[in-house]
Amino acid sequence: MMFPLRQNRTVRGAHMALARRARPASASILRIRPLAAMWTLGFALAAAAHAIPAEATAPMVLIPAGEYKPLFVAEKDPAAVPVPAFQLDERPVTNAEFLAFVTAQPKWRRSRVSPLFADHGYLADWADDLVLGSGAPADAPVVRVSWFAARAFASWAGKRLPTTAEWERAAAAGYTTTDGATEPAYRADVLNWFSRPNPWPLPAAGCGRPNLFGVHDLAGLVWEWVADFNTALVNGDARGDSGLDRELFCSAGSVGARDTTNYPAFMRAGFRSSLHASYVVPNLGFRCAR
Amino acid sequence: MNFLEFCASRKPRVATLFAAFAAALCLTADTARAQEEAAAPTGNPVVTDELPIENAILVSPPNVPPPITRRHPARVVIRLEVREIVQRLADGVDYTFWTFGGAVPGRFLRVREGDVVEFHLENHPSSKMPHNIDLHAVTGAGGGAASSFTAPGHSSQFTFTALRPGIFIYHCATAPVPMHVANGMYGMILVQPKEGMAPVDREYYVMQGEVYTAGRHGEEGLQAFDPIKADEERPPYVVFNGAVGSLVGDRALQAKVGETVRIYFGVGGPNLTSSFHVIGEIFDTVYSEGSFASPLHNVQTTLVPAGGSAIVEFKTEVPGTFILVDHSLTRAFNKGALGMLKVSGPANRVLYSGKEIDEVYLGQQSDAGSAAGERVAQLVAAKQEAIAQNPQIAGITKDIQIERGKRVFLSACFACHQPDGKGLPGIFPPLAGSDFLKADKERAIQIVLKGLSGPIVVNGKPFNNVMPPQDFSDEQIANVLTYVRNSWGNDFGSVSVDEVKHIHAQTQ
Repeated sequence: MMFPLRQNRTVRGAHMALARRARPASASILRIRPLAAMWTLGFALAAAAHAIPAEATAPMVLIPAGEYKPLFVAEKDPAAVPVPAFQLDERPVTNAEFLAFVTAQPKWRRSRVSPLFADHGYLADWADDLVLGSGAPADAPVVRVSWFAARAFASWAGKRLPTTAEWERAAAAGYTTTDGATEPAYRADVLNWFSRPNPWPLPAAGCGRPNLFGVHDLAGLVWEWVADFNTALVNGDARGDSGLDRELFCSAGSVGARDTTNYPAFMRAGFRSSLHASYVVPNLGFRCAR
Repeated sequence: MNFLEFCASRKPRVATLFAAFAAALCLTADTARAQEEAAAPTGNPVVTDELPIENAILVSPPNVPPPITRRHPARVVIRLEVREIVQRLADGVDYTFWTFGGAVPGRFLRVREGDVVEFHLENHPSSKMPHNIDLHAVTGAGGGAASSFTAPGHSSQFTFTALRPGIFIYHCATAPVPMHVANGMYGMILVQPKEGMAPVDREYYVMQGEVYTAGRHGEEGLQAFDPIKADEERPPYVVFNGAVGSLVGDRALQAKVGETVRIYFGVGGPNLTSSFHVIGEIFDTVYSEGSFASPLHNVQTTLVPAGGSAIVEFKTEVPGTFILVDHSLTRAFNKGALGMLKVSGPANRVLYSGKEIDEVYLGQQSDAGSAAGERVAQLVAAKQEAIAQNPQIAGITKDIQIERGKRVFLSACFACHQPDGKGLPGIFPPLAGSDFLKADKERAIQIVLKGLSGPIVVNGKPFNNVMPPQDFSDEQIANVLTYVRNSWGNDFGSVSVDEVKHIHAQTQ
């Protein structure tokens, strides 16, 4: 399927256990499982029919097989999970590329998009349905797109959204090593982004200094959707997370987070967990994987 | 009405349920469950039909909304907007503050005990971060944090009942929490007791917080947050109301003589406890820990913990500038935790005179005959002796010896050896360029001590005369020999007092 999410199945399972306990209503959703499977198959076929050559979108970079160290790990989870080699867009998807997508798929145009799949404010920086305008330079990253829209673009491009594990695996690298957290210059650049307001309009995608793998703008330009954003193990109250449900997460110690000094990782986890799939956020874009 | 329109037209709870349902159609069942979890809204808004509805008045520091005078509970609607803004931290220093309502600390909220508070947290679209709010006035998990977790460009609503009176901190509790708080995300909410509060003439709102800038204190430019300094609790700035000098000069708090002043003081932190003090005032009343339960009276300094608060009240008695400080004083004088209350009005010189006399004060010396006086005299003498005996303690260098030795030479020696050290041919041997002087330092010392008579050869020329012993101190001998051995082109080295003493002892 499109979203295997196997890399952090244990974490997600724990999360779901919480969800089930907190929200018994989810049982009603479970009854539609066969129907959902059929619909998903249909969507996948439809997407395949519309696929375009991958060369029409961002060049991709090979991220070699490696591992991802989740910020929050349960006691029985491994500290690191393997991430097979994959291809990742070297930069976020641009307004121009998204314009090509909505031109080809009218149902994702601003005036036609279903309110189920994109909140009010979808592509609000654009001048019109098919006109970017001064607020949305062609080479700037597209923002104010929902998870649904990002996912549809990826299918259209013959790609998919990266998983959290994949994205974090690529973003953990600094400029010169696989562990950017130990590179002072890299850490400083990442933190500087948080200390500055969002520029508007946004600068061009792909201009940031490439990391070890040759990927641009994983930090310092916009936030990015990932396929399994809703598995982020942070509830709304960040202080509760380290002590949350200790039998599940941290019976061995009082600290549930692997590295409490990794502020960027905390912020990414926090940001993802604030999202719903229909949200459109002014500094949230995406890139694709394959 | 078709299905989508139906969804869009319903109340949020219904719409989202259908959104979750529709989303489920597109996803695998597992993902659908996750999606349902993520998209699930809160419950329906709490209905309190019987209560009158009023909108809270929100004001920025150091001001406080007017007292609530009604005698019944209400449903109070609070809309608090989160904005991330660049703002002055100190002169020439800017910082990106994350704020509740565009100021640090955030807007002062005022409700009454028993009120039902409908809270809306609105995260401005320009925000980079998601935010939430934990109000310590809330009785409920997280203090509202999970219920108010809000992405940029979104708004959340939750409702709570203000069960307990007091002055409470509120703050953001989004990861990483210390960073959100250090960036300015704290403020206070006053829950007035049902019985009301004593009226005062002035109410002010002051909060202390630390700022962990990457640069040193005073380093100019837009400063980034430094997580290492935060971890080590080493803030370059500790400030009142979000900036160095926020309560100074034109921005100072104001009062008139005879007025009662109430300051709601809180500590946002994220880490440091404050020793809050107003220089030149004694607090008539302190509501410690922000509790109305058992106030203290006549307090000098009150300890306010991080994430805690106090109310201090006092009547101004005399005019002047009264300085608000964290009495951990390097924070006040080196890091910015300093404010001013300017009190105007007539002086009361009985209560406080101001400076009455300024005169010279000489102090008292120890009596000459006292034990202390004798001891001082002994020490002075010992010190002078040590200096006299030890050129190193006295700081006597070769140059000083030469200078002093020259005075000795010109008091006696020059008459025979001549001021230029060349002597008189055949009568008085020369010192300038003298091989006899150069050859033997000890002999030179002996000659000055004991004199010399009989034939000698200097620079190949014979002399036969008498030089009498000189009545010099050892120090004078050392100095004058150093002078003659290092003048007129001579470079024969210096002579120390110790060397003279040594020869002197041998020759006696």
